[in-house]
Amino acid sequence: MSKTVITAEGLGKSYMIGHRQKESYSTLRDVLTSIPRQWWSRLRNPQYHTHENIEEFWALKEVDFEIKQGDRVGIIGRNGAGKSTLLKILSRIIEPTTGKVKIAGRVASLLEVGTGFHPELTGRENVFLNGAILGMGRIDIKKKFDEIIDFAEVEKFLDTPVKRYSSGMYVRLAFAVAAHLEPEILIVDEVLAVGDVSFQKKCIGKMGDVAKGGRTIIFVSHKMDAIRRLCQQTILIEKGEIIKLGPTEKVINHYLAGTGLRSALNDRGPAPDKRMHLRSVKLLDKTWTGKDHFTRNEMGYVEVIYDINAQLKNVHIVCHVVDNEDRVIVSTGDCDVNQRLHSERSPDSYKATFQIPTEILNEGEYSLTFSLGIPYGTIYDQVPNAVRFNLSDLRSEGGPEYMQKRPGLVIKDIQWETEKALKKDMA
Amino acid sequence: MDQASELIVLEAGRSERHYWQDIWRYRELFYVLSWRDITVRYKQTVIGIAWAVIRPILTMIILTVIFGKVAKLPTEGEAPYAIMVYAAMLPWQFFASSLTGSSNSLISNANLITKVYFPRLIIPASTIVTNLVDFLISFIILLALMAYYHYLPTMRFLLLPAFLLIAFLTSFGVGLLLTSLTVKYRDFRIVVPFIVQFGLYVSPVAYSSSVVPEKYHLLYSLNPMVGVIDGFRWAILGVDSMIYWPGFLLSLAITMSFLVIGIVFYRKMEKSFADII
Repeated sequence: MSKTVITAEGLGKSYMIGHRQKESYSTLRDVLTSIPRQWWSRLRNPQYHTHENIEEFWALKEVDFEIKQGDRVGIIGRNGAGKSTLLKILSRIIEPTTGKVKIAGRVASLLEVGTGFHPELTGRENVFLNGAILGMGRIDIKKKFDEIIDFAEVEKFLDTPVKRYSSGMYVRLAFAVAAHLEPEILIVDEVLAVGDVSFQKKCIGKMGDVAKGGRTIIFVSHKMDAIRRLCQQTILIEKGEIIKLGPTEKVINHYLAGTGLRSALNDRGPAPDKRMHLRSVKLLDKTWTGKDHFTRNEMGYVEVIYDINAQLKNVHIVCHVVDNEDRVIVSTGDCDVNQRLHSERSPDSYKATFQIPTEILNEGEYSLTFSLGIPYGTIYDQVPNAVRFNLSDLRSEGGPEYMQKRPGLVIKDIQWETEKALKKDMA
Repeated sequence: MDQASELIVLEAGRSERHYWQDIWRYRELFYVLSWRDITVRYKQTVIGIAWAVIRPILTMIILTVIFGKVAKLPTEGEAPYAIMVYAAMLPWQFFASSLTGSSNSLISNANLITKVYFPRLIIPASTIVTNLVDFLISFIILLALMAYYHYLPTMRFLLLPAFLLIAFLTSFGVGLLLTSLTVKYRDFRIVVPFIVQFGLYVSPVAYSSSVVPEKYHLLYSLNPMVGVIDGFRWAILGVDSMIYWPGFLLSLAITMSFLVIGIVFYRKMEKSFADII
């Protein structure tokens, strides 16, 4: 068993929030003027309590966990759940209010891309500056300098002040420095949310390499995809507490299941000024009852009610099936198969039903976005994320632990024919 | 890297055992931050160096004319009034810009403090070290000034680094105190320039400390800059300067207590910097 590198016991962090005060720092003027005011109030009312308008807020409370050497741990949770507070405590930037953490090993934290970059300094100078800030020695940086520049793809602009860099170049250079750190424990916050997609991939790949070297990684992100790719273990935090901790896929599913699934969009009422108008959407199972959770290959239906308020030609209604990373997985329109609908439609209310393609969807959370209008032309009405449902795959849920989500945006069950190879096949 | 010694325990109110060790480990960050400040200062303004030259010369001329010629205050021994003033301005300018610089240093480096760990003492320290460059430039002007007046230094001149060290410690101690206060009470920023301006008159910069009546000398030396300035004059002006040693020692003691209080106070505040900045 590998050794434990991080142990948190009863970790908590509280902040005092003054109701009148917006800023965390105070001013001398406030302090000086508050003294006579307090005296005066005490004189009038001996029971006066000075901390009346100060409230204690626990950004993190009673957090316990252990991280072993070489683990890659993801931390997920909604905004303001306390993820960043936890990272800041682990990075020694803020002190916990209660509890303690034991850390064995050199920590490098990457809470921001390009911390300390100075716009007036050149790329070369900033590499050294940023390296030193992240805890790299000058000799280390010199040794890796070429590698860093290579990774960042900015050779030509080494001696240009970074204020003239494009934001892409800036981010690439900054991440390149960070990626070449060699700490025993690497703490990374959401920094991969920047830069173009191909560079993001490169970064995740680089971090995967880092982890293969036996180093421990703690990674906070909203991108479930990135967490899946990088982390075996995940911690879900909500309102400052650990809700779930375990294998990534399970924790992510738990998290997604909690984020507002909606089996129906209730009637939005008529809108006579719009030519086409979506009224309601319902998700139904095969017994025609509402449902927001389907399993793969289960029969599921979408029922849409919409109004047409004018005599229209060549219009359609389209549904996009969107995954939780905003990718359209499949789209379908009412005229795709039934060309006849393209012809004239008269004003009325219509009801349409179609089957959810559960047989091709991979596990995950999906939402349906509806658009009504002229194909590739005017959109008369659009409702993003009208309904939201979860799809699970029984094979991985009931099956053994190692059965995880299949790679791939969609799934198709394909039959393989297998037989013993004969001599003539080998020839 | 020795793995066994790397165990860190983070707990509320726990004082860091490895703090001073950490400062040593982060010395490279200290060099780099100082280097950054210096590079940026002289890169940003074309007149960066010119400013470092013009400012002390102009101030010296004005103080010499007003206090030496108009008010007709006595100089020390045979020394030209200009040199006497300039000898005091060296440590004073260093002290003044260190106070202003260090008290703003944490706020202007807030992005570092909220994103990375390092011993926070490094930031005000590197700001003060940056001011040594200006000091060096001013020092070269002093040499030129002495050449102009054909004023020869004595062997005491060699002790100047010792007094520079005292000036550094004074700036550091008082600077740390003001730095912590500025983070905590943001409007302290307005108080600092006032302290600096006020200090110029209560310290013997424009005049010799010998004009202060004898019986107040000890009281006067409660100002730590009195000791530093008298020390500089003693080293630069040679036999022309008379130093009041009990006063100097008192100033030195005050400097040391400022340093201790400054560090203790700063260490106490340090952990909450990221929370309140």
